[in-house]
Amino acid sequence: MAEEAPILSIAGVSLRFGGVRALTDVSVDVRRGEIFSVIGPNGAGKTSLINCVSGRYRPTEGRILLSGQDITHMRTNRRAAAGIGRTFQNLAIFSHMTVLDNIMVGRHHLMRSGFLGGMAYWFGGAEQEEIAHRREVEEIIDFLEIQHIRKAVAGQLSYGLRKRVELARAMALKPQLILLDEPMAGMNLEEKEDMARYILDLNEEWGMTVVMIEHDMGVVMDISHRVMVLDFGQKIAEGTPEIVMANEHVRRAYLGEAVEPTE
Amino acid sequence: MSESLLLPLLLNGLIVGALYGVIAMSFVLIFKASQVVNFAQGEFLLVGAWVCWYFLTTWQLPFVLGFLFTLVFMTVFGIIIQVVVLRPLIGEPIISVIMATIGLGIFFQALMKWMFGVFAQPFPPIFPVERVNLLGLEVQPVYLLSLVMSGFIMAAFGWFFAKSKYGLAMRATAFDQQVAQSLGISISKVFAMAWAIAAVVSGVAGVIVGVVNGVSSALSFYGIKVFPAVILGGLDSILGAIIGGLVIGVLENLAQYLDAEYLKIGNMYAIAPFYVLIIVLLIKPYGLFGTKNIERV
Repeated sequence: MAEEAPILSIAGVSLRFGGVRALTDVSVDVRRGEIFSVIGPNGAGKTSLINCVSGRYRPTEGRILLSGQDITHMRTNRRAAAGIGRTFQNLAIFSHMTVLDNIMVGRHHLMRSGFLGGMAYWFGGAEQEEIAHRREVEEIIDFLEIQHIRKAVAGQLSYGLRKRVELARAMALKPQLILLDEPMAGMNLEEKEDMARYILDLNEEWGMTVVMIEHDMGVVMDISHRVMVLDFGQKIAEGTPEIVMANEHVRRAYLGEAVEPTE
Repeated sequence: MSESLLLPLLLNGLIVGALYGVIAMSFVLIFKASQVVNFAQGEFLLVGAWVCWYFLTTWQLPFVLGFLFTLVFMTVFGIIIQVVVLRPLIGEPIISVIMATIGLGIFFQALMKWMFGVFAQPFPPIFPVERVNLLGLEVQPVYLLSLVMSGFIMAAFGWFFAKSKYGLAMRATAFDQQVAQSLGISISKVFAMAWAIAAVVSGVAGVIVGVVNGVSSALSFYGIKVFPAVILGGLDSILGAIIGGLVIGVLENLAQYLDAEYLKIGNMYAIAPFYVLIIVLLIKPYGLFGTKNIERV
């Protein structure tokens, strides 16, 4: 059986800011349907890599392919429409909007009715469309169990709930690939367990490929299919959680273990 | 003459204030969406008024048609200004952008004088009657039109931001451009739309003022009058702009009343809003509804 093109191909990507090398020649393929985690110490370039994929940064060298299509020079908003959704490390929900409006923004590129269509709201088309969108949005709301806060102003919610709203907004894009930048940072154990379950479900039931940056090793090793380790902007390991955990470089660079000299 | 003068002045204040509110809204819209302080706001009114005047006099179009053409013209005008002048300046220091809008203002001020002359030109009569009776007051129909238009524009803004796809996208962009982009929103489209809407709304205001006072470069003074309104309401608040506009409109008429009756200083009408501007900046620099940490320039 012929191998399907990887959903995301990062090919020789380097990113420099002046003299600072944020990423050096990183290459990795993410297969369709997997949960792929990127780990590494602070400043290793994890978020930079995600930003290169989502379009916030343009790599200095190298290419990025989405399902075989070169998107290296595609604008951020086009990438979102092409099927890349993301969340941010420092929570970036629209705090003055309601939860529902936050999620509806995620539908932007899926709504056909433009300005004039919207003007003709009362004549049918746009209204029908909005009902269809609302139905899908409600499904996401049900899935993430945020029914009770849908009319609440997002800024007033607890941290854990805001993280969930952000995830809901990214899901509303209907992405094939969803990039999660530290989805569990700052959460308590219970919230982390919930989030881990949502990630598993959105991968299995919603069919989204997940690329995730996360510091909680327990969660990463539990739910990831494969893991990549970055250190000082370079890839130092890639593979299943077991393989990565067994890697000496990884233990030294990331887990901070003093590797005892064998013999 | 006192009481008989007060009521018409208040009504006049509300009508003019609603118009200030509308102009202030379009100013705030541009600031919110693209963080640009548009010092050419008054010239947008001027361009709109002259263009409509041109359609009505030279082309002899009926008012409704000429007015619609003006709306179309102003839409295109706003988009072109954004794309040609402001888009290349994205990412440049805020002071450069402000200089560019001041330059735009001077340019259009001069261009209008060059094209249409320096003398005030009256609009051809639009309404069949000179005055209508409203609550026992004799009012020019154009003032009613002004009030209706202002109300309509405010309602349209409300609907646009709450319900429409692009209104939501604009709010998202105003909050965080990076995040908005990551959700599939085209920032350049949002900016162009903000300028187009602001130009159209200013054009409407320009036409109304033009019908009342005739068209001349004095019209662009409304762009300056907008500052007390937006500073009072808060630079980044649409609701604040409306309230600020109404307050300033009523206030300047009250000032005129006080002046005429008691103070006898003269010219309070023109000066009072700017006293308010200074006082607000001293005691509440973010205005009534403004966000605390917005940029001051």
